[in-house]
Amino acid sequence: MTFTEVIRSYWLYFLVGRFPQGPLGGLALTLVLASLGLLLALPFGLLLGLTRVSPWRWLRWPVTTLVFVVRGTPLLMVIFWAYFFLPSVTGVQTSQFSTMLMALVLFDSCYLAEIVRAGIKGLPRGQTESARSLGLPWFATMRLVVLPQALRHMLPSLVNQFISTIKETSLGYIIGLGEVSFVATQINTQVFIYPTSIYLILGLTYFVLCFSLSRFAFWLERRLASQGGRNTTSALATL
Amino acid sequence: MIRFDNVNKWYGQYHALVSVSETITKAEVVVVCGPSGSGKSTLIRTINRLEPIDSGHIFLEGEDVHRRGLDINAFRSHIGFVFQQFNLFPHLSALENCTIAPVRLKRGTKQEARDRALALLDRVGLAHKANALPSELSGGQQQRVAIARALAMQPPVMLFDEPTSALDPEMVGEVLQVMKSLARDGMTMVVVTHEMGFAREVADRVLFMDHGEILERSTPEAFFNRPEHPRAQQFLSDIRVSSTSI
Repeated sequence: MTFTEVIRSYWLYFLVGRFPQGPLGGLALTLVLASLGLLLALPFGLLLGLTRVSPWRWLRWPVTTLVFVVRGTPLLMVIFWAYFFLPSVTGVQTSQFSTMLMALVLFDSCYLAEIVRAGIKGLPRGQTESARSLGLPWFATMRLVVLPQALRHMLPSLVNQFISTIKETSLGYIIGLGEVSFVATQINTQVFIYPTSIYLILGLTYFVLCFSLSRFAFWLERRLASQGGRNTTSALATL
Repeated sequence: MIRFDNVNKWYGQYHALVSVSETITKAEVVVVCGPSGSGKSTLIRTINRLEPIDSGHIFLEGEDVHRRGLDINAFRSHIGFVFQQFNLFPHLSALENCTIAPVRLKRGTKQEARDRALALLDRVGLAHKANALPSELSGGQQQRVAIARALAMQPPVMLFDEPTSALDPEMVGEVLQVMKSLARDGMTMVVVTHEMGFAREVADRVLFMDHGEILERSTPEAFFNRPEHPRAQQFLSDIRVSSTSI
């Protein structure tokens, strides 16, 4: 069997797994998992980040602890906990996909929380002060004045977080989730004679995805910088 | 209207406000001056609780400003505050800067807030810039929008924290002009500034501060011609030297 034949017979499996006969897998699953993970983590990250800069100590401390614990733990641990520990407590065995998704959302929202916090702290203090001195409550100040500006500065970091998330999905392999790394391993086991080439293709796939996204983040950064104080809406409209 | 009752404040070991007691009456225009680091900005920022105090009381129309449980947002909406760095919201137009607080805090309908904002922008001479973003305005124009924004909440008191210090010299006049017209209309104003011309022309009283203490309180006429405290004399001769050397 030549390598061209390997590609010819396995390319669809690599891209979508056993879909549509079986569950979705391969590269498609990786992308779905990363997008869904980041999308769901966004509101949580925003909430945790806001809590981290809020003036209320009783809210700030438990959230700070959570963020530090998660950030100080490898994602693999979080996945193990979600996969082995959670079912033993709740009595419900969740699917590999939802387990992985939950782990990613928890992990990402803690990282996003720090991005949000940094974005807010990066604004001049005068913005908050002038909004508060007009009589706007803290939450309205955040929603109407601080976040619209901070989110703009955070966009490149958010894309970078998406890149990390794509790479993190490969850990789904460990609990037998059929994402692209798992599928590549399966192909390697079946073909047996081309491990270097197969893993090279897997590596290239991740690289192309992540590299183009990081170029995008870089472009975004320059574009936002060149626009300076220009309108947020117009900056977002160009995306 | 505003009363300081033995107010003290420390930054760590540093005694930033030293037993300040003072009363400012309605419709009075009070200029606070003094060398940098003398505590004048700190003083004005304690009036709307941007800075906490460590002891004493500040009353505004009988309300204890630093009392626990005070509805700070409602309270602050009755005080206009103008910053040295303007602090306009860069993502909002001049008009939106002036309507955001009245609309959010439900001072009348959106239409009323808009009409009032337009009238205020007209008053500061910027009706034609209503839809401009702050980045499209000069420093002097930004500061005038900031004054209109503060006025939009119809506060009975206006506080100015070095409103012209961040401006290019040619733009100082337009901002002072707006402040003078406010003073003429009977607004109660506390102004931290080095603009001695402004103090002479519109201030009812001048407070001179150094090292956190109010060392001299007098009319502008007396302050500029016959300063009593040695440090006030020193301060006045310093700023005169610097203004003639330019």
